[in-house]
Amino acid sequence: MDLYEYQGRDLFERHGLPVLAGGVATTPEEARAIAERLGGRVVVKAQVKVGGRGKAGGVKLAEGAEETVARATDILGMDIKGHTVHKVMITVTADVAEEYYFSYLLDRANRTFLCIASVAGGMDIEAVAAETPEKVVKAPIDANTGVDEAKAREIVTAAGFPAEVADQIVDVAVGLWQAFVAEDATLVEVNPLATTKDGKLLLLDAKVTLDENAGFRHPDHEALVDQASVDPLEQAAKEKDLNYVKLDGEVGIIGNGAGLVMSTLDVVAYAGERHGGVKPANFLDIGGGASAEVMANGLEIVLSDPSVKSVFVNVFGGITACDAVANGIVQALALLEQRGEKATKPLVVRLDGNNAEEGRAILDGAANPLIQRVDTMDGAAERAAELAAAGV
Amino acid sequence: MAIWLTKDSKVIVQGMTGSEGSKHTRRMLAAGTTVVGGVNPRKAGTTVDFDGTELPVFASVADAMKSTGADVTVIFVPPQFTKAAVVEAIDAGIDLAVVITEGVPVHDTAAFWAYNVAKGERTRIIGPNCPGIASPGASNAGIIPADITGVGRIGLVSKSGTLTYQMMYELRDIGFSTCVGIGGDPIIGTTHIDALAAFEADPETDAIVMIGEIGGDAEERAAEFIKANVTKPVVGYIAGFTAPPGKTMGHAGAIISGSAGTADAKKAALEAVGVKVGKTPTETAELMRELMSGR
Repeated sequence: MDLYEYQGRDLFERHGLPVLAGGVATTPEEARAIAERLGGRVVVKAQVKVGGRGKAGGVKLAEGAEETVARATDILGMDIKGHTVHKVMITVTADVAEEYYFSYLLDRANRTFLCIASVAGGMDIEAVAAETPEKVVKAPIDANTGVDEAKAREIVTAAGFPAEVADQIVDVAVGLWQAFVAEDATLVEVNPLATTKDGKLLLLDAKVTLDENAGFRHPDHEALVDQASVDPLEQAAKEKDLNYVKLDGEVGIIGNGAGLVMSTLDVVAYAGERHGGVKPANFLDIGGGASAEVMANGLEIVLSDPSVKSVFVNVFGGITACDAVANGIVQALALLEQRGEKATKPLVVRLDGNNAEEGRAILDGAANPLIQRVDTMDGAAERAAELAAAGV
Repeated sequence: MAIWLTKDSKVIVQGMTGSEGSKHTRRMLAAGTTVVGGVNPRKAGTTVDFDGTELPVFASVADAMKSTGADVTVIFVPPQFTKAAVVEAIDAGIDLAVVITEGVPVHDTAAFWAYNVAKGERTRIIGPNCPGIASPGASNAGIIPADITGVGRIGLVSKSGTLTYQMMYELRDIGFSTCVGIGGDPIIGTTHIDALAAFEADPETDAIVMIGEIGGDAEERAAEFIKANVTKPVVGYIAGFTAPPGKTMGHAGAIISGSAGTADAKKAALEAVGVKVGKTPTETAELMRELMSGR
């Protein structure tokens, strides 16, 4: 889960790291209250999970409450690269002398964590690394020994931070590591990590990603989910423990196993190229079990998407054999009818694997006019795309 | 001979008394796996009956190894306890730990991996969030359905469970030496490269199918490895060409971050080193079929 900047700022503050005083507002009036509390000059920053907001006019200075209200009014509702601004963060300003870069992140390739530090902050670190690699230090961190003062000093020395701020950066490096571990983050990025003209160190931006798998030890993380931006279908699916991602096409997809479902999306998109450009409408992995109830829940979600014109159910019978899956599909359609949600869109079903013949016979025996059986994945994708194109 | 798991492997199950653990212990036994016991400190000293096979429950992995000579453990414990279970297996010095559990926090995986490295990588870890490893006709450690394929000379390594099964099934008449599901998490104990190296060295494997998906750069690194080290033919498949950036597609590790981790980049990297990459799973199976028919 990616956090908004203000959530990252709050998280840093909770862990005792130096950030600017501020608050978050969803209306100009809330912005006024924050400006009055902070006093003087403030900066109003659009809260969007996309880069380049400064250039888009999403970051403005304001002097006093009236100007803050005016800037907040301008920025709230603004569209930045397709993201509507629903919140602004308002902080006091800082008299910045130098801008550095500091982050901890997951290093998948080396199966550990990585610290990236640079004296060249305030800009895109990938660009800095490409143009002036000598200014970027990448230090692997052992997950078990972590970052203590000695490790932090090693990084600070390697990065070439000036001696007069070295001690402060060492403290921040240790504190930020502790926050990274305590919150089960997979990324904490501070860009810029700034020094002020009076020699103080400040974390001026916050990019934080939290590991959703660690949710069981962080009940408080649930509150960080931005409900307003969650797709209602994704929310409904989540409540039923379904792994669903809304996409923008017309062919509803249900499958078992993340890899197979991803593959199904691809195969449908290829088929769609031959059928008016129809695309997958969603990702939905119902898992290995594929019971009737889970199938019914999945079908209900997929069919409630108004852009869906046909559904492709792609199941490989492994642990759960195909006859059980076929029964599940037939029962799921009956269950939906009982729930008053009778399916009306065609279902193309491909069953393969254990007891495939038995499963196919069950589907044929059900003689449900909505179910069309196609026995290969590629052929079924073709048929689902064709039906979606005809129904568009 | 297969890789890592053979008919001589003696398997224990951590979490054997739980619902998933007991269900799959029964399936592993039915597949001919030599399962020799389970681990649960609260039920140590008892036995569990699996359709006539009485399996003892031990207090620890070390006890189980001492009593049974086990060299493989399959871990089904819930995510909260997975790190402790893997650390216990590493401490006991077992050869292979197969971590089936899905939803393990990545800090926990990073920690047990770092611990394993500090101990000299005595233990091979497969997973977490994986279906396990199966050497058809010999042994099956995990949740891969045993009866969908045959014995043969193809090696298979895959991030995805069901795509593994799909490929095993499509090529069931040709058959496999070993199929390894390495898992879809961002940090995993055994990588594509580890499996490629083992298959390259295995005299009973003639060709390799490698299945990848969006996220990270494991496939790109595997491509470099193939170029330098693999002489056996490799056929590839990548899932997720149409996945949108920034969205996790089921597997915790299956996410395109910015422009990194795309299926296009992975396919290009594999093709650049001479690996034929199928557009669909079926086409990939056909590529392998053509290759094996020439032998």
